[in-house]
Amino acid sequence: MNRSFIARNPSVLIFLAILALFTLGVTVLSEGFGIGLISTSFVKVLGKTLCLCLIAIAMDLIWGYTGILSLGHFAFFGLGGYMLGMWLMYERTRQIVVNSLSDGVLPPTPEEVTTGIGNQIFGVVGSSDFPLIWTFADSLVLQLAFVVLVPGILALVFGWLAFRSRVTGVYLSILTQAMTLGLSLYLFQNASGLRGNNGLSGLQNLPGITAPQSVVSLWFFWASALVLGLGYLLVAWIVSGKFGSVIRGIRDNEARVRFLGYSVETYKLAVFTLTACISGIAGALYYPQAGIINPAEVAPIASIYLAVWVAIGGRGRLYGAVIGTAFVSLVSSWFTGGQAPDVPLGFYTVKWVDWWLVLLGLCFVLVTLYAPNGIGGLIDLLKRKRKETDA
Amino acid sequence: MKTLLLALCFALPFGHFAIAQTTPVQDVLQSQRALIEKSSRRTIGPAIDALVASGLPQMQTVLEIWQAKEMWQRKADGLFFVATKNADGTYTLRNFESGADVGTAASTDLRQLKPNSGVRAMIATALVQFQLSDPDPAKRADALNSISRDPQAALMAPLRASVQGETDPNILSRKIRLERLMTMAYDTSVPNRVAAIIEMSGDLGVDFRATLNPILSTTRVLAQTQPDANIAQEVIAGSDALTRKAAYALLVAAGDAPAEITADARDAALQANIEGGRIAGFPVAQLSTEAARDRAYDALVSGDLARPRVTQADIDASLANFRFFDVYTEPSQTVTTAAEDALAASETRVAISQAADLGLDALSLASIYFLAAIGLAITFGVMGVINMAHGEFIMMGAYTGYVVQLFVPNHTASILIAVPLAFAVTFAAGVALERLVVRWLYHRPLETLLATFGVSIALQQLAKNIFGTQARPLTSPAWLDGAWTINDVVSISYIRIAIFILALLFLALFLFIMKRTRLGLETRAVTQNPKMAASMGINPDRVNMLTFGLGSGIAGIAGVAIGLFAKVTSEMGSDYIVQSFMTVVVGGVGNIWGTLAGAAMIGGFQKGVEFLNPSNTLAAQTYMIIFIIIFIQFRPRGIIALKGRAAGD
Repeated sequence: MNRSFIARNPSVLIFLAILALFTLGVTVLSEGFGIGLISTSFVKVLGKTLCLCLIAIAMDLIWGYTGILSLGHFAFFGLGGYMLGMWLMYERTRQIVVNSLSDGVLPPTPEEVTTGIGNQIFGVVGSSDFPLIWTFADSLVLQLAFVVLVPGILALVFGWLAFRSRVTGVYLSILTQAMTLGLSLYLFQNASGLRGNNGLSGLQNLPGITAPQSVVSLWFFWASALVLGLGYLLVAWIVSGKFGSVIRGIRDNEARVRFLGYSVETYKLAVFTLTACISGIAGALYYPQAGIINPAEVAPIASIYLAVWVAIGGRGRLYGAVIGTAFVSLVSSWFTGGQAPDVPLGFYTVKWVDWWLVLLGLCFVLVTLYAPNGIGGLIDLLKRKRKETDA
Repeated sequence: MKTLLLALCFALPFGHFAIAQTTPVQDVLQSQRALIEKSSRRTIGPAIDALVASGLPQMQTVLEIWQAKEMWQRKADGLFFVATKNADGTYTLRNFESGADVGTAASTDLRQLKPNSGVRAMIATALVQFQLSDPDPAKRADALNSISRDPQAALMAPLRASVQGETDPNILSRKIRLERLMTMAYDTSVPNRVAAIIEMSGDLGVDFRATLNPILSTTRVLAQTQPDANIAQEVIAGSDALTRKAAYALLVAAGDAPAEITADARDAALQANIEGGRIAGFPVAQLSTEAARDRAYDALVSGDLARPRVTQADIDASLANFRFFDVYTEPSQTVTTAAEDALAASETRVAISQAADLGLDALSLASIYFLAAIGLAITFGVMGVINMAHGEFIMMGAYTGYVVQLFVPNHTASILIAVPLAFAVTFAAGVALERLVVRWLYHRPLETLLATFGVSIALQQLAKNIFGTQARPLTSPAWLDGAWTINDVVSISYIRIAIFILALLFLALFLFIMKRTRLGLETRAVTQNPKMAASMGINPDRVNMLTFGLGSGIAGIAGVAIGLFAKVTSEMGSDYIVQSFMTVVVGGVGNIWGTLAGAAMIGGFQKGVEFLNPSNTLAAQTYMIIFIIIFIQFRPRGIIALKGRAAGD
């Protein structure tokens, strides 16, 4: 089955090959293991971009293939980041606290360590007690499981409620946006137990690892590349089979698929939950590279940008989602990072930091109007040209 | 000769004194001379009382001068004067009665009276009674303010005395009210106090409750038998009001029981007894659990090296010996009972008023949501176009108002200009958006969402580039400042009333346009079936353009209104966009009454949650969204759902 799937989808192999080459290239050029042409911070940027590509694939599966424009997947992304971030922060703080307490005359008791960690972590929100949701923060295995489970369960419950009552189209988009807003407002409270608007910080430091950031950043880069490759493979496999045909059918005409006897809601719910889990994993890989996560990351605008990336890349093709995300997010960070040269017009100097978003917004309108297939559409066009010349 | 000159020197000034000394004010002052000279807060009381009791009309001036440190005393004879410094360093002395010049003196011959702040406060208190009958009503009101800020038993009598002659009805009613409040708190006769309390029972004023609360203040006492005092209640140790831990802490504080050994104290004792890496035989390295430390401490105790721990049995035994009482500081039980009843009555009425206030708040929030959403009710509700840039149209309206105020300083005029101008600007923007973007996407609603979102990003950033990131003021006209106060609890600002009225006007406008005008008829026709409408001679393009422009224009006016009470920033639109969509969706798409119901429900729900959890408005919004998601389960098509063919799909 698997062999025939690869054989039927040469683009998957091409993608994996390019990804492998890219990973190898970055490693060779990096500071950690190579000749140092690519700075550590840029390795992190590239690693983060790979994570964004992963969530873009999930977005493409739910939007491009199933036709559900979810404006909530960045919420799942953020939740994944929070879940891993809790362990990273807890464990690192624990080591610091144990170190400082071991200077005392008496060896520290577990209670003293817990109180110390609580003071360190929750001091900023005026508390020192561990909220209930931190119960398992000391266990890496459980928190890793939560990275998948928490977004998955939230998506399952929300999706079940939404799809059951046949909320579709733009209504569903608005409802998912409301969910994201609700979650971000919730996280903004100090009472949420996740340090309110301070968020979780210091995530780039792996507890117990003394290797320099130049090396750690590469580990995360490799992990991101590996997971992106696996995710791509998984989603490509899903959409190539019968399941893929059904969800495309749902996208094109939901009523007909229902009349054919398929349980449309189950399919939608499955895709919604699966993509939420993938988003959670992507977020868990992203935020240790970013170093900090706070509720602003979960704000509704982020999920909309995700849709923008996928739309510019081209919906309904996985490589389109990856290309669009990589392209737009890298160009965005180039323009907003102040590296782009300003354009003097004589009477007015165009500063890209100020004007990039205006340009992006207008580009987005143009793409939606004139190139609904995005960058991927160009590749389709080339393919068709070649077929015509072949024939 | 020398003696003669000396005698003359003394005689001349003495001649003046003879005149000065005869004034009644000086007589009174001289009678209290010793106290005034060495004034201190503790001793000055009788002197001030004597001055006031003299009943001389000039005493107010004297006290004011004394308070302002302008009273001087001549060292030679101890007489008091008002003194002002001259250019040559000498002082001109004046008497208190007429301010007439009574001579000059060198500064070395004079002593300035410098009452300290405590004495000045007492003088101020004494002055209040003069001010209470001052001819100037503003001064009388000031005096009342100062009494209610810092009521003192001593002021009750002068206040009562001043009620009689009061002519200003406003001040009279304030005086009477203050007199009643002070009677409750300070009158010596219990029946008088109870009568005052009963008379005002159920009053809503904060001052009334603030007067009752100290009467009802209690202290917690521990005793072996019931004390002979005005007991509010007996508190049982171990109940919710007093945990056993807290009760024991009270015993410890009273010195009736030994303090518990805290973890810190235990650890300190352990650390003090380390001998060769061991504590009482336990190796230090092993003491890494609470249980191990406790064992080591017990070993220390048995070696008599530390104080024994207080066991649970000790605590129980100590607590069994004592009872805890809340005792009123007010000795009279009649008064406290009356006060309890009056306070309860007040609280019931306050609760009712608060509910009314909450209702007003909810109504006002609902009208804001309605205002923000009514443009969407047209573009989204009637036309079915998702316009994510709707929030940015609100922002454009607000910024239009701001720009108009830059050119027209008169706030009333500027608002009158801003409203039509904001409509014009956003109408044009809406028409442009419809022509350039939306009309190509009528059959692809999801794409409309994305494209208008692109517009929204661009507009937001554009506004940021033009106006900067800081909030810009949009000042309301003076006649909209202030609030309509119904009683001490219920009040609503005029601006919110104006927004409520504006919301009603918009509702009427919407209904009028949709039901009574040609445009409304054509809009409804085009929405229901564009092809059929076109074949009836309606130009769908034109109708769509105008309708979209109308919806956008209304958003612009809403922006001016919202800008009047919220800050005008480039991001203000995104604050309202999700709520606006929710309002329309919850209410039921395509029905203005639905939008109204949606706004009312969301506003009411949010205020309700805020009331239950007032410290956390973020939580209110979170709960509101969860509530909406669940609500849509039960009414997927909103509160007022269209039926039949109009429902579309």
